[in-house]
Amino acid sequence: MASKLIETQDELDKSKEVIKVESVYFSYDGPLILEDINLSIQRADFLAMIGPNGSGKTTLLKIMVGLLKPQAGQVFLFGQGIEEFEDWYKVAYIQQNATHLESKFPITVEEVITSSLYASRQMKDRPTGWRKERVEHVLRLVGLAGYQKRLMTTLSGGQQQRVLIARALAAEPEVMLLDEPTTGVDHQTQENFYDLLGKLNHDYGLTIAVVTHDYGLVNKHINQVACLNRKLIYHGRHEEFCQSAAFKELLADGHHLVMHQH
Amino acid sequence: MLSGVLTSGFFWRAILAGSFLAVACGLLGVFLILRQDSMISHGLSHLAFAGIALGLVLNFLPLIVSLIICVIGSIFILKLKKQASLPGDAALAILASGGMALAIFLVSLRMNFGVELMGYLFGDILAISSVEVWLSIILALMVTILILANYHQLLYMTFDRETALVAGVKVSSLDKILVILTAITVVLGLRIVGLLLVSALTVVPAAAALQLARSFRQTLVLSSLFSLLAIMAGIVLSYALDLPASASIVFLSIGIFLATVGGKNLATSLKK
Repeated sequence: MASKLIETQDELDKSKEVIKVESVYFSYDGPLILEDINLSIQRADFLAMIGPNGSGKTTLLKIMVGLLKPQAGQVFLFGQGIEEFEDWYKVAYIQQNATHLESKFPITVEEVITSSLYASRQMKDRPTGWRKERVEHVLRLVGLAGYQKRLMTTLSGGQQQRVLIARALAAEPEVMLLDEPTTGVDHQTQENFYDLLGKLNHDYGLTIAVVTHDYGLVNKHINQVACLNRKLIYHGRHEEFCQSAAFKELLADGHHLVMHQH
Repeated sequence: MLSGVLTSGFFWRAILAGSFLAVACGLLGVFLILRQDSMISHGLSHLAFAGIALGLVLNFLPLIVSLIICVIGSIFILKLKKQASLPGDAALAILASGGMALAIFLVSLRMNFGVELMGYLFGDILAISSVEVWLSIILALMVTILILANYHQLLYMTFDRETALVAGVKVSSLDKILVILTAITVVLGLRIVGLLLVSALTVVPAAAALQLARSFRQTLVLSSLFSLLAIMAGIVLSYALDLPASASIVFLSIGIFLATVGGKNLATSLKK
């Protein structure tokens, strides 16, 4: 795969800031959903965003990709204010319930990936055959080689989720943001899915931020945690989080946690 | 009888205008259904009818007046959906009844064009003039070209709107293009099948294609073919048997739809 996904971690300038959230406040015509959020994601980070229901995790993710505009504060993507940012192909976003497809939508796996390739202008000046190779490559990366002609509606939830990851990878993103990607799929599928994200982060240096309830499943792959409850309760290294007061609060909230040692 | 048909200018004009419109309807319909926007052509057709009435009152090309009113109305629907935060079909219901009320009001101003207006209510493809044929061909070609030129972006946003938005697809411009194209298609369809049946033209062939298709591209091709088949055969039937063309076209579309549903069920039960 081209540049971004073949760089090894050593070659990456890890200090480069991919996303920066600065004093963000947000409300939907009512009480504050997010209050004074400051957050920074460095290149090759794997960040888990956790917190109770209604804590503003999804809202914050949507603010980071420009789908919602904060009432106050600023977001920077690759050092550029989000209003001026234009290189959206660098940012892959996978929304919540992305796999709850319209049951009749007649789209093949190949069409899902190709439509995003053309839309992201990645197809400009490419030799013939490039598109097919690219589709093949990203499907292999997510473990779905040979699925090109399958209809999306005939795949399982876990497989559909992998196709969406493949679609995101095809545009060569530098950061991937996912909103509760494994809702509604079984435990084994969830674990495999997070292993795949871990591999993309570890082997290819892809920066990842994931909103999740499955902290126990994701924690063996991540290096950063952001714990939200309207305010940012904790933001920092995963290892330190386990000793923090915010972590104990989370446990008391009934989160199901299985800790994995690094 | 048949040789009379083949040398008739009316007949060929109808076939020519009809087949271009059929392809435009077939393509557009797939996007409308999958965007859950099937009723938009119904709402717009009522407004288009008001445009025709206005054209007749002003004594100025009704098709052009209708086109202008309908395009403005289509943009208004988008605004209404956004600003009044209404579900799409509520905005359409308001528009449809508003359009019809306007048409009735305009008709009451001058009662003497009732017969002409009937042609737009029930469609009268065999009465289509050569200017209208050219207008239909140009506009239907425009619809087809714009859909094909934006094919990947339209597919992306229809399948996954939010992600397309983040990926930089110009979703709101494409929304506008799609409703404007629908408005144009509806006005053209008004002449051929009439107000009461025009929404069938955009929805039924696409619904039939959705039963069989194994990919999105195939859905578009099948939908256009079904639409083409229904319109051509409908015109031939109506000319040969002296039936209303609009009713023949819609009956044939629904016939194709039922056949695809039946065929699909048969195939599934044979598999079991």
